[in-house]
Amino acid sequence: MASKTPFAVASSETDLAVEPVIISVRDVVHRYGDRAALNGVSFDVRRAELFGLLGPNGSGKTTLFRILSTLMIPVGGRAEIMGFDVARDPNGLRRQIGVVFQAQSIDVKLTAAENLWHQGHLYGLHGASLKSRIAEMLGRVGLADRANEKAETFSGGMQRRLELAKGLLHHPSVLLLDEPTTGLDPGARRDLWQYLAILRDEERVTVIVTTHLMEEAERCDRLAILNQGKVVALGTPDDLKHEIGGDVIVLDAKNPDSLAERIRARFNLEAQVLHGQVRIERENGHRFITDVVEAFPGEIESISVSKPTLEDVFIRRTGHRFWTGGEDEAGK
Amino acid sequence: MVTQTATLPVQVAPISSGIVLPAFTLWWREIVRFYRQRSRVVGVIVSPLLFWLVIGAGFGTSFRAGNSPGQQHYLDYFYPGALIMIVLFTSIFAMMSLIEDRKEGFLLSVMVAPVPRSAIVLGKVLGGTTLAAIQGLIFLAFAPFVGVHLGIIDFLLVVFVVFLVSFALTSLGFAIAWPMDSTQAFHAIINLFLIPLWLLSGALFPLAGASGWLRLVMRLNPLTYGVEALRVLLYPESPTVLPLPASIGMLALFTIFMFGLCFFRVNRRTTRPAA
Repeated sequence: MASKTPFAVASSETDLAVEPVIISVRDVVHRYGDRAALNGVSFDVRRAELFGLLGPNGSGKTTLFRILSTLMIPVGGRAEIMGFDVARDPNGLRRQIGVVFQAQSIDVKLTAAENLWHQGHLYGLHGASLKSRIAEMLGRVGLADRANEKAETFSGGMQRRLELAKGLLHHPSVLLLDEPTTGLDPGARRDLWQYLAILRDEERVTVIVTTHLMEEAERCDRLAILNQGKVVALGTPDDLKHEIGGDVIVLDAKNPDSLAERIRARFNLEAQVLHGQVRIERENGHRFITDVVEAFPGEIESISVSKPTLEDVFIRRTGHRFWTGGEDEAGK
Repeated sequence: MVTQTATLPVQVAPISSGIVLPAFTLWWREIVRFYRQRSRVVGVIVSPLLFWLVIGAGFGTSFRAGNSPGQQHYLDYFYPGALIMIVLFTSIFAMMSLIEDRKEGFLLSVMVAPVPRSAIVLGKVLGGTTLAAIQGLIFLAFAPFVGVHLGIIDFLLVVFVVFLVSFALTSLGFAIAWPMDSTQAFHAIINLFLIPLWLLSGALFPLAGASGWLRLVMRLNPLTYGVEALRVLLYPESPTVLPLPASIGMLALFTIFMFGLCFFRVNRRTTRPAA
């Protein structure tokens, strides 16, 4: 048995620390031409972890996904899955992984069963054992009664489940999913995440999933938050949120810059101006609210206090919001 | 639940799935997709028929007087070239499916499978070859109408040549389509490159009559050898430039080269996404 590693102390209910490292990413660097996509990314994933790669568009998570799924080799650094190097031993690695792409990869002109039949052959499965495996997988994703219908007649959720069945057909030890819930309704989204948890718990499959959705990231065992090609935070969602220490207070004011300046001076704490709002991290936020409103009467238009979210973690680490779509606000 | 130690489980290393099964399944998919698209099936069967009727009606009367190479009727002369043209277009356009696979995302799941890259090329190319060869053989059914009656050996040789030409051209289509992500670009290349290739293959006018530089171009053109080989087989008494084994040898060389080029392109892993 391995000794407990320090970073796993907080996750008391799991025994992640004793599980072997399945995926190891070390200083991975990637560029598309001159444009840097990954600037030295490192992390480990242990067996039966549900590991999230959270980041806004362009943060490098899809690049990392392509490297881990052997679609391209990184410019620098090393990445291994089950001891197989992504650059040097792609075929060994390919056998270990199941991949669910963001883009559709099933052939809609084929039936559900034919899609899996085809996939099985690519992995060297055939005959009666493939047939029973196909029946098993279709049953698991709830498509047994549609086995012989063409995939083009399926709903988006059903197609996604067929993708999942395709990725899992050959019993991979590692499942890689790229934004798997894109285009799914909330019900189908929830079903997918429940299924990922079942895979982890019952089959001990290691799952890496990329997402740009905070509420999905919350469901991961551990997370790497990516921004501009770097890991800006790594840990369990709870640990990451705890580091904020207390509550997040957001103030709307006519003149946020001067207000933030005076709050800093008066309360001796860090007050940030972000997109025209003053943002403060503080314990006992409910008490602080009364203090600050009394201190600056008439200047504060609205005030909110909330428990820290993963977005707050992102803001703390990067100094900007997760979505940079609100630039018009920032210009005020 | 079995408790696991901290060491990685020992992997028996089945590195690849072999070449036959993946190639077969990719071939099978190509065929299934084909017959599920009715318009394509109709196109394959009807187009040689229509082509022959139109060409026969037009050329047959226009070129009757004196213009025929040797003692041959021009329509007879044209027959092997027409067969090659039909095979050429079906082979090349069959590989548009590669561009569709790339755009639709299907290719991604093939590229991350532990499949030898040669099996990917072989499966796709054999799929296109099968369709092109079938179409070529349908056209061959018109042979008796141009006065060609083949013995069984010659017939099998013709089938072999048609297969070889189909395979070579489908490989060429694969090599062209591989880096592309739009079918428009593919069409542009076809028009720029493949139609002249066919025109200068001896399909329309004989190699023997061509002048210096044209003759060289025709000699370098792989299609010339397909047309020549078919002509020797279909019209044993007509004047030909190359003996059959030489033509077949050149075709085989070209086929191997094209297949090798496809394999090289697919097998190369770079720092850019493969699909």
